[in-house]
This record gives sequence, structure tokens and C-alpha cells, in this order.
Amino acid sequence: MDWNQFFQEAFIVSLLAGAVRLSTPIILAALGEVISERSGVLNLGVEGVMLMGAFGSFWGETVTGSPWLGLVIGMLIGALMGLIMAFFSVTLKVDQVISGMGLYLFGMGMSSFLYRIAYGVRTTPPSVEGLSGLHLPVLSDLPVVGPILFQQDALAYIAILLVPVLSFVLARTTLGLKIRAVGENPQAADTLGVSVNAVRYLCVIFGSVLAALGGAHVAIAHLKLFGDNMTVGRGFIAVAIVYFGKWRPAMTLVGALVFGGAYALQLWIQATGAPIPHQILLMLPYILTILILALVARQARGPAALTKPFRRGEG
Amino acid sequence: MRFLGLRVEKRQTIPPLLRALAPVLTAALALAASGLLIRLAGGDPIESLRMIAVGAFGNVQNLGETLVKASALIIVGLGMIVAFRSQVANIGGEGQLILGAIAGTWVGLRFADLSPLLLFPLVVVAAFAAGGAWGAIAGWLKARLQLNEVIVTIMLNYLAIYTLNWLVRGPMRAPGLAGGFPQSEAIEQALWWPRLAGTRLHIGVILAVFLCLAVSFILYKTPWGYRMRAVGANPEAARFGGINVGRTLVLAMVLSGGLAGIAGAGEIFGLHHRLLDGISSGYGYTGIVVALLAKLNPFATILTSVFFAGLAVGMEAMQRSLGTPFALIASIQGLVVLLMLLSDVLVGYRLRRV
Amino acid sequence: MTTDGVTPLVDLRRIVKRFPGVLANDGVDFTVLPGEIHALLGENGAGKTTLMNILYGLYQPDEGEVHFRGQPVRLGSPRDAIRLGIGMVHQHFMLVPPLTVAENVVLGTQPAGDLLVDLTGAKKRTLELSERYALPVDPLAEVWQLSVGEQQRVEIIKALYRGAEVLILDEPTSVLTPQEIEGLAGVLRRMAEEGKAVVFISHKLREVMAVSHRVTVLRDGRVAATLATVDTSEAKLASLMVGREVLWRVAKEPRQGGESVLIVRGLEAVGDNGLLALKGVSFEVGQGECLGVAGVSGNGQRELAEAISGLRRVRAGQIQMAGQDVTGDSPAQRIAAGLAYVPEERKRIGSIAEFSISDNAILESHATTFSRGGVLNQKAIDAYVDKLVSDYDVKTPNTANPARTLSGGNLQKLILGRELSRAPRLLIAAQPTRGLDVGATEYIHQQLMAARAGGTGILLISEDLDEILALSDRVMVLFEGRIAGTLRSDQADIKTLGLMMGGARVEVPGT
Repeated sequence: MDWNQFFQEAFIVSLLAGAVRLSTPIILAALGEVISERSGVLNLGVEGVMLMGAFGSFWGETVTGSPWLGLVIGMLIGALMGLIMAFFSVTLKVDQVISGMGLYLFGMGMSSFLYRIAYGVRTTPPSVEGLSGLHLPVLSDLPVVGPILFQQDALAYIAILLVPVLSFVLARTTLGLKIRAVGENPQAADTLGVSVNAVRYLCVIFGSVLAALGGAHVAIAHLKLFGDNMTVGRGFIAVAIVYFGKWRPAMTLVGALVFGGAYALQLWIQATGAPIPHQILLMLPYILTILILALVARQARGPAALTKPFRRGEG
Repeated sequence: MRFLGLRVEKRQTIPPLLRALAPVLTAALALAASGLLIRLAGGDPIESLRMIAVGAFGNVQNLGETLVKASALIIVGLGMIVAFRSQVANIGGEGQLILGAIAGTWVGLRFADLSPLLLFPLVVVAAFAAGGAWGAIAGWLKARLQLNEVIVTIMLNYLAIYTLNWLVRGPMRAPGLAGGFPQSEAIEQALWWPRLAGTRLHIGVILAVFLCLAVSFILYKTPWGYRMRAVGANPEAARFGGINVGRTLVLAMVLSGGLAGIAGAGEIFGLHHRLLDGISSGYGYTGIVVALLAKLNPFATILTSVFFAGLAVGMEAMQRSLGTPFALIASIQGLVVLLMLLSDVLVGYRLRRV
Repeated sequence: MTTDGVTPLVDLRRIVKRFPGVLANDGVDFTVLPGEIHALLGENGAGKTTLMNILYGLYQPDEGEVHFRGQPVRLGSPRDAIRLGIGMVHQHFMLVPPLTVAENVVLGTQPAGDLLVDLTGAKKRTLELSERYALPVDPLAEVWQLSVGEQQRVEIIKALYRGAEVLILDEPTSVLTPQEIEGLAGVLRRMAEEGKAVVFISHKLREVMAVSHRVTVLRDGRVAATLATVDTSEAKLASLMVGREVLWRVAKEPRQGGESVLIVRGLEAVGDNGLLALKGVSFEVGQGECLGVAGVSGNGQRELAEAISGLRRVRAGQIQMAGQDVTGDSPAQRIAAGLAYVPEERKRIGSIAEFSISDNAILESHATTFSRGGVLNQKAIDAYVDKLVSDYDVKTPNTANPARTLSGGNLQKLILGRELSRAPRLLIAAQPTRGLDVGATEYIHQQLMAARAGGTGILLISEDLDEILALSDRVMVLFEGRIAGTLRSDQADIKTLGLMMGGARVEVPGT
């Protein structure tokens, strides 16, 4: 066996490019969850939202022929899911863990159900053109760095650009100040005239829209088809990464890239034909999640009002 | 909040009768939602609901199917009650069930020459231990490192699924099935759990009722149960009162995972008689739903499990006869959780003339 | 309506406010004149905070009217109140700890169109206000790092920043040393001189007499009287507050003497914020002795109670109970060694709200006294609970009811009874009568003294100096995690204690 082939530049480069591509849905979902949790709402239903976003964008593209319109439809569905979560968590003030699980099961079930209604049962599953890698002048043609960083699809760039944008919004804008206040001490924000409920609704819906985009990426940018439960737990991994990133966009990006790397690594190991059963390799990202959580657990102190519903007059 | 000459007012205390009515309201809303989804799929809601009812309870066979499913749900549900009452969100039922199934299968294959009477408790204990150990991992991580148990248990689910995947294609694969269906060797027929004639209903249903009584007893009549409920209700006060919160959490997860493990053993020894992919059939998640719907009451879990099992079996039958697999039950599950939360809130308000 | 021809800034008329099970305000009339400091006096539960919350727009009255500068107004939320010029500093600060002072001050003040936070403007104006009213703060400091006194100043600046003409302060002095209280009084007088109006809610007679121009006494939701401060006295206000003559001293037998039930040496413990909260504390409590721990909250009292009861790990030092070293022991082991603890937060920590009264009563003893062979002994439990409820005068129709149905006083009696029924060697009582009416307070005091007479050593932690002086044999003052001084209670006076609470070291012979 020629081991050299696995260390050749082309191979490694395609692996790292794959890592970035695999990270994209997690980056999007995790960033969305950062905003939601900063305002005090834990959305465990991210996995369900991603699946609905995946279905929505997939269906959107098959119906309109355009991946962009597909994305828009996926985002709208994400917003709707976010609206449901916000209604239960902010207006009805129910336990966010239970409503999150409900949203997850609902998204998982409905995406499969709607898929079957839309396409029926076929021998060959439908597929789409989807989003492909962009070609950026000069940048895409750079050696090594070019294929890894500059031939990604549009969503990947949106995901990465969101990091500095969201950081800025949180730290320097009036909206960001309100979000931070609402997530730490909603009673205080309320007495100062900030509408806690409005801010939370906004953040939860925004977070869901991003999560839906993450799911859309898996469907139309990566695999270009739809399958039941196709996100295999990535929504939950995204929630874990928010802890790892200490609720800050920049660190969250790092965490998501580590994950993409883990997925890519196990693909690489599989390709080398090493005598490790591929199921064991598939476990890598999940074990990594637990390890990372354990590592940051002690220092992870989230927004003080996270998961606590806001009721005026209660201290 | 007021409209149409009526005002919505929050109740001060919710009468117990009304509180018990909330799950009924949820069930009714769930059926209505099912009808809507069936209509969306192009079917006739009323006719379909009738077919579901017949498919669930129409004859002895179908009733047997429903009760078989229900008994697995009850046992997993009981485990969820133990966990949720201790304020541990155990979403890992799938994984714990799988581990129990694996352990039970291994025991059944390894000790095939033991008498069935001896093997039965051995299998149950092994399955309990395996599921319990799987649950304990998450419990320990929560107790020691305050790791979010939802994420950890879900990660463990995937680990268990991949492990099962590997075992039935690798080390535990049935010999001589070169390109066939991935599954383990079959358990000897002599060791199968006895069934009710003509149906697939096995003694697991008796085990379910027994466990129901056992869990009730443990929760309300023993110091362990007291501690679990105390930690669930107010961990700070519990700690103040001298209760070791960490140990109690782990205990709760061991019990919870162990029960799911027993359900796994039931699936092997009562139903499929061999280890295969998908052995958990989503019971880990449905178990949570039936427990929450039953308001974490062990005996009410019997009712909600039968309801859910009936719905699942009936929908399966209906879809089969219509020739359309719709994944209907999966969409209803999540809906039931949300509708249940909604019902709980609605029951807390009343309408008043202004 | 005008008083001496001056239109009141604030005029509350016939205010009625109901909550489930309680009539908080029963037809209250209350006015505030410009340039006056008006005290709102009353016991806990008299309706003072509720009334001011209505003025601040947090609650809406069920009946009655609110007038501001002579016009009727409807205050649907604090935003409306702030817009009119009403500001409030709450008892529990409404600050966002991870944000800076400037961010807290400017939050919610910028018009909707503003995208970026105006930190430079906020910083400038904060410093201006800070100077003008003698409220020193650092605009760039993060709030969680500030002391309680500093945080209060931020709260006041927040209100002034928003143009408050009427400033409401809810129990502002309960977190200040006597010297800091003087500083605050100066700030309030400054504001009054400028024509602003100040309302401060208090239950402390001394301060009311020292600072206010007028005082309104509330009792059981109604106005007992509104007087000019010069026309009244502490004793008169006390009887108006309570409705009868108040006796300050509790009958106390002289201490018998005996060995130590608690010895603490060089205790060091880290607080929640990562800083050292106890910096080498050493003291002893004898059998049948009540040692009072005085001090403004936040100086290590909570950490002390938690360290001794095993809820907080100690970094250094030793704790001995009845001759046994318990420094590394778990709470359960210390309970077994004879420790009992009535915590400050009776609803959050001392009891489990959803559990029945009966289940609460066996919290520490469920596994030991009331279990047999792994099963709870229901008969023994029932007998014990019935006796407890009757011995300690816990009023409840049914012991199977959840503990949250008990009133504050009854819950406290239940907890005290539960702890005392184990005949503990050492009882830690933290703020045992906070928020309770006079009847419950007297009862708890009697029970504590009875336990003391029976040989139990008591560590009494309280912010109420009168309570400490009445019940303790000796008084120890904690300041910034160290003992500032220890006095015999018959030699202690408020001034000396106040100085110690503020950090001055005072030597007193013979302790």
C-alpha cells in the first residue's frame, strides 16, 4: 500500500476543504443558538428546525428551480418554527427543555411526513442542482488555500461573515445591549422600559432562521437531496458548541471548525482503509462533543436568565 | 386580555379534576391534528381514524399488537418518570434500550443451555445493568461536571446506535448469512418469552405492570425515592437537608436507564428473538412523550402508553392497507408534546363574562 | 387637592390593590410635595412596596387614581413612569452584572432610531451626575465587581440620568453601614434642596426620624397616619406601625455556662465571585450561649453559615463541633453530629415548596429516624408531624398540603420546629424573623431562647441590630470577611456596633 498518497497535498487539501464544508451547517446553527441563548431562551429544538429547513429549501428548489428561492423558503419555514418556539417559551412560559424536545420531534416527524407527501414513494429519490462552490477571482486560484477557503459555497461565506457581524451587534449596538441585558437580568431590563418579550421573540426567530439555513446547507449545498433525519444530531452538537464557545460568536466558529475537522478526519481514516470499522469512526464527533463539554464545563457560565421564563413582578 | 365581552382570567388554583382533564384534552387535540394531517396527505380523515381504531383494537391480533407496543412504552416511560421527577432530562432512552438489548442477547446466546426459568432473571438483570450503566455515564457527568444531560444522552444515543450497527454486521453477526440482512444469531426458541396464543403479546406486559407498582413504591415509600423527588423539586434545599445530590442523580439515571434496558430485553426475548438494526424503534423518545402526557404518574403511564401504542399500531395498519407510508406517527409525537404544554396552560385560565 | 397651596408632585387617591389571598393596599391616600423627603413606614407586608410599585408602573391599581403634577395619569409600565420623571431604586438592585456602569445607565434610553450605543455620552453624563450629587462611581467598571454601596449609587444615577424628579428608594439602608447611611442622607438632602422629591420606604424608625420631612405609616394595607416628622417620635411611630405598645427586650435568663459546642479557627472560604469572603475567622460558641453575628449583609455572613453547615468548602481553617473535627464533613455528617440550620431563604433553601408539609418536616431525618429496612415508616412520620405542628403553632388545615400554602411565619415556625426537634447542639439561625409580622417574630424569639435555655448553642446571624442585642449574650461584628470586634451584649451600643460594621476597629475590654 502506498501510504504516500494519503499525505499528498491534493488529498489533504480536499480533506480540509471538506472540513470547512462540513462545518458550515454547524456554524450557522450554533451562531443562531448563541443569539437565542444570549437573550435567555434555550432552543433544544434546533435539530428539528434544521430538518425542516433542509426539507423546505429542498422542496423550494424543486418547485421554483432556483436554489436561492429554495433558501428563502427554508428561511421562512425556520422563522415559523422559531415563532412556535418563542410562543411556547416566551408567551406560554413553559419548560424550555420540554418544548425544545417537542419542537425537535415535531420537526423530525413533519419533515419526513411532508417529504413523502410532496414526492410520494419513488425508486430513485429526487435530487437538485443545489448550491455549488463559488469561483472568486484570484482568490480561488491560489494554491492550497484557494480550494480550502475560497471555493466554498455562498452559505459558507455568509456563515463566516456572520461571526464579526454578530459580535459587533452584541457588543456595540443598542439592540445588542438590550439582548445582553434581557439574557442576564430581564427584570432590570423591564423596569427600564425594554420589551423583554419582543427581544426574545426576535432572537429566537432569528436563531431559527439561521438553524434552518444550516439544515438547508446539508440538503442543497452538500448532499443535494433530502433524507429522513439527515442532520444526524448536528443540531445538538451545535448547542454543545455554544457552551464551548462561551456564548461568543468567534469562539463558536472555532468550535464548529473543530467539528468539521473531526468529521473530515474520520473520512480520511476510512479512506486509508485502516482496519477500524467505519461505525467506530462515525462515533468520533459525538465522543468529541462529550469530551469538549467536559473540558469547558467548569468555566461555562451562561447568561444568568437562560431557560428562565420572564414574569413581571418576580424577583 | 378581553374580547367579545369575555375576559380571560388566570385561575388561582386549578381543581384536580380539571388538571386530570388536560391530558384528555391533549389526546383529543392530537386526534384532531392527525385528522388534519391525513387530510393533507389526501386521505379521508373520518374513514382513516376509523381504520386506525380498528387497526389498534379491532380484533384480538391487533389488540395484542397494541399491548405489546404499550408494554415496551410503559417500561421506558417508567424510566422517564424516575428521571424527570429527579429533574434529569433523560433523552437517552434509545441508547439505554439498545444497550439492554445487546446485553440480553449476549446472555441469551452465551447461556443458551440454562433453564428458561433461570435465564429470565439473569437476562433482566443483565439488561438492567447495561442500560443502567449507559445512563449512569450521563448521570455522573451531570453530577460531577454539571454537563447538560440532554446533549450527553443524545450523544450517547448515537454512540449506541453505531455500536449496534457494528455488532450486528461484525462480531455478533449471524454466521452463514453472507450478504443477507444484518442481524445476530437467533435466540433458542426454548428461551423465548411465552406469548398469548395467536398474538405477539408476550409476558413483558405482566412485567410492565409489575414494574409500574415497583416504581411507584420506590418513589413514594422509600428514602431513595424521597431523595430523588426532593432533588427534583429543589436541589438546593435537598443539599441543605443533607442529601447527597450527585449520588441521587446518578441513582436516578441508573434506574431510568436500567428500565429502558429491560424494555430492550423484552424486545429481544419477546418479539424479535434476535438483535437487529433499529431495535429501539424510537421508543426512547416516545417513552418521554407518554411519561410527560401522564404527568409523570406511573399508573397514568399505562393509559397514555396504550393510547400512543394504539395510535402507532392503528396508523401503521391504516397506512399499510392504503399502501402509503407516511411517517404519520413521527409527526404526531412532537405535536403531542407541544399540545400537552398548551393544554396545561389553557387549563390554568378561565373565561369570565365582563 | 393641595396642601398649603402647593400642588403635590404625586397624588395617590384611594388606591386599592389585591393579590391572590391578600389585600395589599386598602384605600390608600398618599401625596408627595416637591422638595420634600417623605418616608413610607411600615412593617413587612404592610403594603409599602406595592404602593410604590403602582407609582412606578409595575402594577396597576384595582381601584383609585394616580395624579402627577395635578393631572390624572395611567402608568401601564415603568416606561410611562420614567417618561413622567419618576425613578425607583429597588430593594433588589435592577442591574445587569456583566455590563459596565455606563452600559447599565444608558440601557433603554436611546431613541428607537439609534443603532450604536452612545457610550461616550453616557460616560460623560454619568460623571457629571456623579460629581453633582456626591455619588462616586467608575463608568467603565463592570457592575459585578462593585460593592453593594457602589451599586446603589449606580442605581441612583440611573434614575437621575433619566430625569427623575421623584425618586423612590425601597429600603435603601438595609445594605449600608451606619456611616454609608449618613452619606446617602446627604445625597437625598441635596436632591430635596433642588426641588426634587424623595420617597423612601423603610421599617427603620431611627432613619425615618433623622432624614424625612414627613412620614406616612402604613399598617395592614391602610394609612395609619401621615405626620410631619418634627411632630412625632420613634416610640409614637412604632406604636402606629404595630397598633400597640412594643416591647423591645425579650425575657432572657442569664447564661449558665458550659463547654464550647462550636470552635472555629482561622476559617477561610471563597465566595461565589471567586474572591475570598472569609479571611481567617476565629471564634467559639458555648453551650447554651447565643452569639449574635452582626454586620451589613455581604460581609461574609452567608459564607460563614454555609461553611459551618458544610454547604461551602473551606480553603483553610478548622471547624470543631462538640469536640469533633468536622471541617471536611458533608452536611449529612454535620447534621448527625448535632448541627441544625435555619437558613435565610426559607422558601428557596429551607423548604421544598411543592412537597407536603409532612414531607418537609422529615427533610433531614427521612433516612435515619423515619426509615426501617429501606422503607419509610409512615406511622412514625405522621405522629411526629402532628406533634411538630401543634408544638410549634404551625397553622395549617392539612399537613398533606404543599408547603407553599403556608404563610411566611408558619413556614418559619415549621422549619424552626423541624430543626429544634432534633435537640441540636448548635443551631445556626440566619435572618430568622425577616419579613415576619410581630406575632411570629415574638414566637420565634421565644423558641430560640427556650432552645438556648435547654443547652443549644445558637449562632444568630441578623441584620436587625435590635434583634441581635435582644437575644444574644455576645455580639460579633463581621466586616469584609473578618471579625471587626466582639462585645458582650450588655456592653454593646448601636454607635460602637455601627462603627465596627463600617470597618473601624474598636477595642473593648473584657470580651
